[in-house]
This record gives sequence, structure tokens and C-alpha cells, in this order.
Amino acid sequence: MSAKPTDTTDAAAGVFLILVAVFFGWQTTGLETGTSLRMGPGYFPMVLSALLLIMGVLVLVKSFKGQGERIGRIAWRGLIFILPAPIFFGLTVRGLGFVPSLFVTTLIASQASVRMKPLPALVLAVLVTVLSTLVFSYALGLPFRRFGPWLPF
Amino acid sequence: MDLLSNLALGFSVASSFENLFFCLIGVLLGTLIGVLPGIGATATIAMLLPITFQLEPVSSLIMLAGIYYGAQYGGSTTAILINMPGESSSAVTAIDGYQMARKGRAGIALATAAIGSFFAGTVSTFLVAIFAPPLTIIALKFGAAEYFSLMVLGLVMSIALAHGSILKALAMVVLGLLLGMVGTDVYTGTPRFIMGVREFSDGLNFVALAVGVFGIAEILRNLEDEHDREMVTNQVGSLWPRREDFRAMIGPILRGTGIGSILGILPGGGAILAAFASYTLEKKVSKNPKEFGHGAIAGVAGPESANNAGAQTSFIPLLTLGIPANPVMALMIGAMIIQGIVPGPNVATDQPRLFWGIIASMWIGNLMLVVLNLPLIGLWVKLLKVPYYILFPIIMAMCSIGVYSVSSNTFDLYAVAFFGLLGYAMTKLRFEPAPLLLGFVLGPLLEENLRRAMILSRGDPSTFVSRPISLTLLLMSLGVLVLVFLPAIRKSRDEVFIESEG
Repeated sequence: MSAKPTDTTDAAAGVFLILVAVFFGWQTTGLETGTSLRMGPGYFPMVLSALLLIMGVLVLVKSFKGQGERIGRIAWRGLIFILPAPIFFGLTVRGLGFVPSLFVTTLIASQASVRMKPLPALVLAVLVTVLSTLVFSYALGLPFRRFGPWLPF
Repeated sequence: MDLLSNLALGFSVASSFENLFFCLIGVLLGTLIGVLPGIGATATIAMLLPITFQLEPVSSLIMLAGIYYGAQYGGSTTAILINMPGESSSAVTAIDGYQMARKGRAGIALATAAIGSFFAGTVSTFLVAIFAPPLTIIALKFGAAEYFSLMVLGLVMSIALAHGSILKALAMVVLGLLLGMVGTDVYTGTPRFIMGVREFSDGLNFVALAVGVFGIAEILRNLEDEHDREMVTNQVGSLWPRREDFRAMIGPILRGTGIGSILGILPGGGAILAAFASYTLEKKVSKNPKEFGHGAIAGVAGPESANNAGAQTSFIPLLTLGIPANPVMALMIGAMIIQGIVPGPNVATDQPRLFWGIIASMWIGNLMLVVLNLPLIGLWVKLLKVPYYILFPIIMAMCSIGVYSVSSNTFDLYAVAFFGLLGYAMTKLRFEPAPLLLGFVLGPLLEENLRRAMILSRGDPSTFVSRPISLTLLLMSLGVLVLVFLPAIRKSRDEVFIESEG
């Protein structure tokens, strides 16, 4: 066994599990455990957190031997543009209304690819917005406000 | 006969104009998204789930079931045409199907897959109709201890069938169970893990979790490395198999249907296992095994029938026990709960229209797939050429609308982003998302039954081993765990998955 983990992905995976287990374990401390006859709300989560901690440690220990696949490329551009898209929609769908909010959301998401040029992105966002408004708002009759109170008209 | 009158009831429900329409929409949407590479059946259903919530419970579940078969069918289409299985159960189809396509026999491979799937679907629909009712009677005798043990078996099976490290799959189940605990404790009303966020008190939103972990994580993974998809074939060729093709596919279809029907009932993802088992069997019984891997028609017919049969019979544990056999069924349970139906043995007696309607719609859905998809293959091939950078903004827009429309809660949209990040981090660390989802769905049920069983037995844990059904189920779980940890089995299991990836 060497001093450094040879399987870096698994080492990270082990640390991830341990952190999650500690988080859940810490959150259960305020809950009543009860007895095994009458289990309190904290009993089962406590057992699970402990199990997860053990598994995390095992994964970490095992990462010191054996080779694994590397983590590989991370889709930074994807993360930067994809994840904010639903968040933006959530923040503005009530204020701006369904139509403008969805338009910007699609525009944000489309930037996640290096291949998307500005003009096609605009055309796509317009198409998606128009079709979705027709389908969801008019045809299915979902109770969305098409234009919200933040807009002057 | 009871069976016939029940089936008649089912067909009368399923063939109402409205339900036929939603079945058709489901099948078409499912195929459409299933054909788009990189998005499997689970992600498809997760994304389309919210659309169905506006419908009546029966129509909604019929449409979801349609999406499921459609997505599976679409998955085999991409497996054959571009060697890219839409989901793991069509991975086997890709081996010989893609070779057939390269030899200009893509049309025949697609037709074989369709015929095999339809035949298997017909047989297994009847099996579901025959076996589901007696099983619900057994299931009604299940107490808390039996339910607990059965769910343990389901979770263990999902680990056994996951890719890669068993330990990490086990950790995902536990994490899923923990995520399922978030919310208000049913017995005491104590809030758990909500960190002062009021929106968490009803539990984490199931749709947000599924869309994030399956849908968004898959989009991010596809964006890692954008390259052109290889198109083998623009010419699909003749769709009509010749007489010798028919002769070559009958045996494999029959055997595949048999294997698939049995393995599909097993909790934990029988359809994948069924496809592999069928391929192995066909290779063994074939007169010229060397043909396999070079475009053997049996290598398409067998596994395709098997995975479709398995996909149908996996409804048996769902409809009778309320236990999901795979992540897709977990999504179905989520849909039922949102619709106000408690999945379990009572569904058959309390809601016969729903129960038999779904069963009948399975067959109708399969029929629609054959009738519609063979003529539409040209359209699907065109769709394969749509570049990914056009598709994913559309998918993101649909996900956002869909998740928001479930309960008009903007908080769910932030949760989608969070679970998308979590799901992507998990794929990067080589964790499988399927066991997590199963754990999440079963978590609250597992805990409730554990606590109830312990109260009923006055705190004596031996209740789980002193009741024969419970003991059998636990022994089976133990057996599965021992098997997957045995070095020899582990090795061959790895080989199977390497073959599926290669």
C-alpha cells in the first residue's frame, strides 16, 4: 500500500460518501432515537448514516490499491450554462411571465455548446417559446401567466 | 371466466377514444425521445412525467406505459442504426444489429426487433393478466415484516445488476434511502433534515430528483466531448424479412420470450439480465455460433423479445405489491402516488378499471409500435441527424416547464439544478444513479414497515426470520449478496458488462 491513493476517482468517491454521511449523521443528532421497540424519527437515519460512513471509509481504503479510470474531462461550460437555466426559469416565471422567462431560459441553455452560433440560438429560442406557449398554455391550458407583472404592458 | 371478463373490462377502458389517443401520444413521444441518442428510457420518462399529471390517473399511467415501450423501442433503433444503445437493455441488440446494418440489412434488423418485441409483448401481457391477480391475493397476506424483507430483496437485486463496484452501488442505495427520509416523519410529525427550508417538509420532490439525476446529468455528460455521431447508414433497405429470415427468428423469439418473462418478474432490473441471458443462450444453441457478432439475426430476435417480455412482466411486482422492479417502475410508483393512488395489492380490487386498463393498454401500445414505427422509420433516421446542440436546449426548456407544472412550485426548479449537479458529480465518481432512485422511492416504505413490524413484534427483531415468507425473502437477498461478492461470479459479471460496453 502506498501513501497516495492510486485510484483517484475512488478516493474522491470515498471522501464524498464520508462527507455526506457526516452531514446526515450531524443532522440526526437533534432527533429522538427511541428504542428498537418504538423507534423514534432518528433511529433509521442514524443507522443509515453509520452504514454510509463505513462504506465511504471502505471505498477510500480500497482506493489505495488498484488502478481505476480517471475522472476525465468535466463539462465546465455545460455546468455554467445548463444548471442556471432552470434556476432562472424559477426566479422569473412568476414575475416576467411564462413567455419571456422561457425564451431567456432556452437562450441560456443553448450557450452550453461551443457549436451554437448566436443567430441559430435566437431562432431556436423563439421557436421553442412559441411552440411551448401554444402547447402548454393554449392547448393544455396550464395556469401560467403569459406575461407577468414585472413588465410594463 | 374471470380472466376474460376482466380483460374485457380492461380493453373497454383502454380502447376509449381518449385513452387510445394518450397511448398513441405516449408511444410516439417515447420513441421520439428514445431515438435521440444518449437519453435512455429512464431519463425520457423522468422528463415527460410532469406532462401526464394533468390527465386522469388511468390515462396518465397508460401514457407513461406507452412512453416506456416507445423509449425502449427507440433505444433499439439507435442501437441498430448507430451502434448506440439508448439504454442498457438494448446494448445486446447493438452487437449484431449494428453489424446487420453495416451489411445493408438495417431494415430487416429493425423489422426483426419489432416483430420479436410485439410477439413477446403479446405473450407477456397475458402472463401479467393471468398471474397478477393470484399474486395480489398472496400479497394481501403480507404483513409489515414481509414487506420489509421484500424491499430488501429488491434493493439487493438492484445492486447486483448495477455496473461497476458493488460497494459503491450499495452506498448509493443507502444515500437514496437517506434522501427519502427528508421531510416530516410519519409517526411523530418531526421534521427531518429540512434545515429550516419549509419547502422540504413534504419531502424532496421526486420529479425534480429524477429529472436532475437522470436527465440533466446525462445532458452534461454528453456535453463533455462534442463530436459528430457516426451515421452508418442512410439506406435502411428492405423492411420485409425473407422467408429464411422468418425461419431463423422463430426459435430465438420463442426462447427469448420465455426467458424474459421469467427474469422480468425479479426485482432489480430483469429486462437487462434477460437480454444478456437470451443472447448467451442463442449463441449456445446456434448451429453456427461464429455468426454471432457479425450480424446474426438470432442475436437481434432473441434479446429484443427477451427485454420486451421482461419489461412487461416487471409490471407484475409493481401492480401486485407496489414494489418497483427497476428505475422506470420506480418512476411509475412516483406517478401513482402523485395521482393519489397507493400502489400495492389493493389496486386490483379497489381500482379494477385502472388495473385492467393498464394491462390491456400494454398490448395496444405494442400493437401501435409495430403498426406505426415500421412506416415511420424514415422519420426516425432523419431525427438521428439532428445535431445534439439543437436538442438539449429544447430538452432543458421542457424539463423546466415540466417540473414547474407539477405543483407550480419554483423551489422545485432550484432542486432540479441541485440534483443535476449531484447526478453529474456522481457519474464523474462512477456511482450508478439507478440504485439511488430505487432507494429514494423505497426509503419511506422501508422505514415505515420496519417500524411497524418492530411494534407488532414488541421489539423482537426475530420476527423477520420467524415468519416463513419473510425468512425466504431475506435468505434470497443474502444469497444474491453472497453470489455477487464471490470472486468467480464477480469476474463473469464484469465480463458481461464489458461486453455490453464494447
